[in-house]
Amino acid sequence: MGWINIYAAVYNEDHPGLLDFSQRYGKQFLWIIASIILAIFIAIIDNRFYFFFAWFIYGFCMLLLILVVIFGKEINGAKSWFEFGSISLQPSELAKFGTALALASYLNNRRQDLTRLSVIGPAFAIILFPAMLTMLQPDTGSAIVFFSLFIVLFREGMSPYIFVSGLLMILLFFLTLLSNILYLSIALIIVAAILVWFTTKKWKLAIAGTLLFAVIAGIIYLFDHYVIKSIGNEMVVFISLILSGALYSIYIYNKRAASVLIIFLFLLGSIIFVNSFNYAFNNVLPQHQKDRINILLGFKTDPHGTGYNVNQSIISVGSGGFGGKGFLQGTQTKFKFVPKQSSDFIFCTVGEEWGFMGSFVVIGIYLSLLLRLIFLAERQRSDFARIYGYSVVSILFTHIFLNIGMAIGLVPVIGIPLPFLSYGGSSLWGFTILVFIFLRLDASRTEYLI
Amino acid sequence: MKDSFINRKYVIMAIVVLATLGLLVRLFIIQVIRNSYRLSADNNVLRYVTQYPARGLIYDRTGKLIVYNQAAYDLMVIPAQTSKIDTTGFCDILGISNDLFRKQMKAAINYSRRAPSVFLKQVSDETYARFQEKMFLYPGFYVQPRTLRKYSKPVAAHVLGYVSEVDDGVTRKDPYYKPGDYIGKSGIEEAYEKQLRGRRGVKIFLVDVYSRIKGSFEGGKKDTLAVQGTNIVSSIDLDLQEYGELLMQNKKGSIVAIEPKTGEVLSLISAPDYDPALLVGRVRSENFAKLQSDSVLQPLFNRALMASYPPGSTFKPINGLIGLQEGVITPETLFECHRGYLFVACHDHPSPLNIVGAIGNSCNAYFCQTYRRVLENPAYNTIGDAYDKWREYLSEFGFGNKLGTDFVNELRGFIPTTDYFDKYYGKNRWKALTVISMAIGQGEVGTTPLQMANMTAAIANRGYFYTPHIVKSVGEGHNIDKRFTTKHIINIDTANFEKIISGMEQAVNSGTAASVKLKDIIICGKTGTAQNPHGANHSVFIAFAPKDDPKIAIAVYVENAGFGATYAAPVASLMIEKYLKGSITNKAMEKRILDMNLEGSNSEAER
Repeated sequence: MGWINIYAAVYNEDHPGLLDFSQRYGKQFLWIIASIILAIFIAIIDNRFYFFFAWFIYGFCMLLLILVVIFGKEINGAKSWFEFGSISLQPSELAKFGTALALASYLNNRRQDLTRLSVIGPAFAIILFPAMLTMLQPDTGSAIVFFSLFIVLFREGMSPYIFVSGLLMILLFFLTLLSNILYLSIALIIVAAILVWFTTKKWKLAIAGTLLFAVIAGIIYLFDHYVIKSIGNEMVVFISLILSGALYSIYIYNKRAASVLIIFLFLLGSIIFVNSFNYAFNNVLPQHQKDRINILLGFKTDPHGTGYNVNQSIISVGSGGFGGKGFLQGTQTKFKFVPKQSSDFIFCTVGEEWGFMGSFVVIGIYLSLLLRLIFLAERQRSDFARIYGYSVVSILFTHIFLNIGMAIGLVPVIGIPLPFLSYGGSSLWGFTILVFIFLRLDASRTEYLI
Repeated sequence: MKDSFINRKYVIMAIVVLATLGLLVRLFIIQVIRNSYRLSADNNVLRYVTQYPARGLIYDRTGKLIVYNQAAYDLMVIPAQTSKIDTTGFCDILGISNDLFRKQMKAAINYSRRAPSVFLKQVSDETYARFQEKMFLYPGFYVQPRTLRKYSKPVAAHVLGYVSEVDDGVTRKDPYYKPGDYIGKSGIEEAYEKQLRGRRGVKIFLVDVYSRIKGSFEGGKKDTLAVQGTNIVSSIDLDLQEYGELLMQNKKGSIVAIEPKTGEVLSLISAPDYDPALLVGRVRSENFAKLQSDSVLQPLFNRALMASYPPGSTFKPINGLIGLQEGVITPETLFECHRGYLFVACHDHPSPLNIVGAIGNSCNAYFCQTYRRVLENPAYNTIGDAYDKWREYLSEFGFGNKLGTDFVNELRGFIPTTDYFDKYYGKNRWKALTVISMAIGQGEVGTTPLQMANMTAAIANRGYFYTPHIVKSVGEGHNIDKRFTTKHIINIDTANFEKIISGMEQAVNSGTAASVKLKDIIICGKTGTAQNPHGANHSVFIAFAPKDDPKIAIAVYVENAGFGATYAAPVASLMIEKYLKGSITNKAMEKRILDMNLEGSNSEAER
């Protein structure tokens, strides 16, 4: 198991040539030493400690998250940091393993019940609470990482439908951005009509429903257009849908047509979701997040503004070619064209200096680490250890995929570090603790926790 | 405990593997398949800094330096690197106003925040020295050395031309030039631009995101050095040029002196002219506008090449030559003159005269009759054929066409064709007498001073000339263009030339220009008075000397000065003595010319 450690060490020493020699390298070296000590410390502590103190650790982390929102130091528009002299600490990095422990502790022996809402609810709460707190900072990247713990729930028996509806929500999310809400609503209604047709095999019913909606919508539209002049087309669709739904419900009640009811509710839900999301995107989300999403989707090109980071990052990775420019030869990264290259955009250095070969090796090592962790998780006897193991996998996977994906323009810019490679003490500590607790649990997998 | 969801581990593994594959595919696309990113990276990181070569120097025929370079310093700024500075102190050093500072800074920022742009052009040596001491106070500013032209004497502006920034038209057509580059305009500077400009070098630097230079690219292997421009030896005699300009001060007109044996232009003066230093550096555009708007003196107008005058009586030698060659007159032919011929008046002189005497006394009657015989020559069927033959001789001398010199601008002059007369008078409606004024160089004919000097050189050579040129040699071992070493032979017998030359000798010894003869140099000359419809006649004189071994052929035009003998002849005589002897014997004549002020007199040359 020592290879993870070596791996971490070797790649951290990638840093020195690329950045400020004196400061960051020195600091990072101290962090590495500290994390090795931490790792040893974690290994010495009895494995049962983590089980028994899981909730305490979780509580402590949540407290830190609350405190950081109030007292934290603001860096780059987010209150994510505590500052002690020259050292800053990011509690959200620590909260990840805290949450993982709490989730594992909660689900231990309760996993069979994950199909039940009463069990899923608190599990969601454990995940969503830190996610909300990090959102407040605001640190969207870390919040997304917490959401990745849903993968664990899936493994432990949560219905895949929740997952599928989650994916559908994401699909609608992008469609909302891509097109006009009104057209989207109409498209959804047509889809619903077709679904009604397929489930009931009665095309007349589908047509009648659609016509009913159309007539009501037409009347309300004219009424709005000539009399009220204020409610807007989206609202017209919404009101018509409810009114026609009310008439429809008579039919549904008579025929006991549950499938039609479900379709109708889904349609209503989708339209509410789309409208509220559209409102949230335009009015709630901060501008830089909107820009990042817009740039990723290609709505905006702005090489020197918000897109500058991504653009320069892709250029530097792309200029690496197959074999790379060689160690310390990366011109893009060496001359600071890529911002935040030591933390969030560390992968640019790999891509530019080592080329596709180097990137392949790095990603390959990450992949084998993840698969190895899944294997390790599966061989645990205790549910606690396995669930925790999957949490580690989910968190690492999200970090790796989002970070590298961001550097090569696959996903929007989300400021999260690349495990073991990025500069930053908190994240190195966070990952060290995360992984080594699991290794500690694995080392004593034959023992029983209680 | 049975784990009913164990198979879900494969779903998770599949998600992990697929996501990883997605990353790898994307990486493969941008790193291996597409090449454009490497180029973008180079554009980011490489800065090409032009190394400006010094322009070639220009020497006169005796090896005296005429044009050389002085260092000038462009103050550059990279706005992104500037910090809050003491603007007042900065402006004090440079001697500029706060407004200008703001204006220039804004312009620079508008151009680019990260790329350098010129903040202040051509800062003087002193300012540069003062600024250099304090430069550390002003980050983001640096100085780029350039070279500017400097002139050893304030003469020969029209010969040399000037250097200015390229305009957009040039940069669009010729990729060598970038906005802000300098290019030769007019004169030698333009004609020999390619040789004088040298070759620019480039240094490639690596820069970081703040445009800070981080070192040279690939250890400077791809850098090129600037190659200095080729030096040029002009055929100008700087002393003669200077003296000629002195003589022409306060007058309008032109002097062209040629070395007959080679066609090299010894001096080319167009008065009024200007100090070439006026068109250098920051003051250039202001001065240029001033010179250009001076419609009275027209200092930018190069009369030697661009002004077309009727040659007047200086045209008589050539008509005499044609008459002799065509056999319509012989050296023994005598014509009587009773103060004129038909409607063309003449002045008092002995009569009858042969060709030598007619040239010497500039007899109008003689040449009218000669010209009539040329055009009514029974050897030709029509007057048109005879006229064409006459015109052919003229074009052999280079009239009516560009000579093909190395001057950029050159006027063709005008010798009417038969078509011209056919159109003007109607076919067969014109006779020798209709166009008789051309016998004495009046009427439609128009020639430039350069063409007249060239004709004089051809006479001095007794029948040949080399195309006049202003450059003697280019660089070391680079010969001048072949067209300047090609002999143009005129189909007129040498014996006929000797007769004309005798007449020209007589003109200076005892004839119309007797007042300007020199004690120990035999000058052969011919006076002329060019009729000027706009005002007082122009004084013209052509001459060469010495008679037997001609070293200088000269054409002098003094506008609105009246008779050729009065003004143009003394100028020519002084020029010849200055060139051949280096000093002047007839100080009184020199003083008279120097004191003469004709600038205010009316009218100008026809153009």
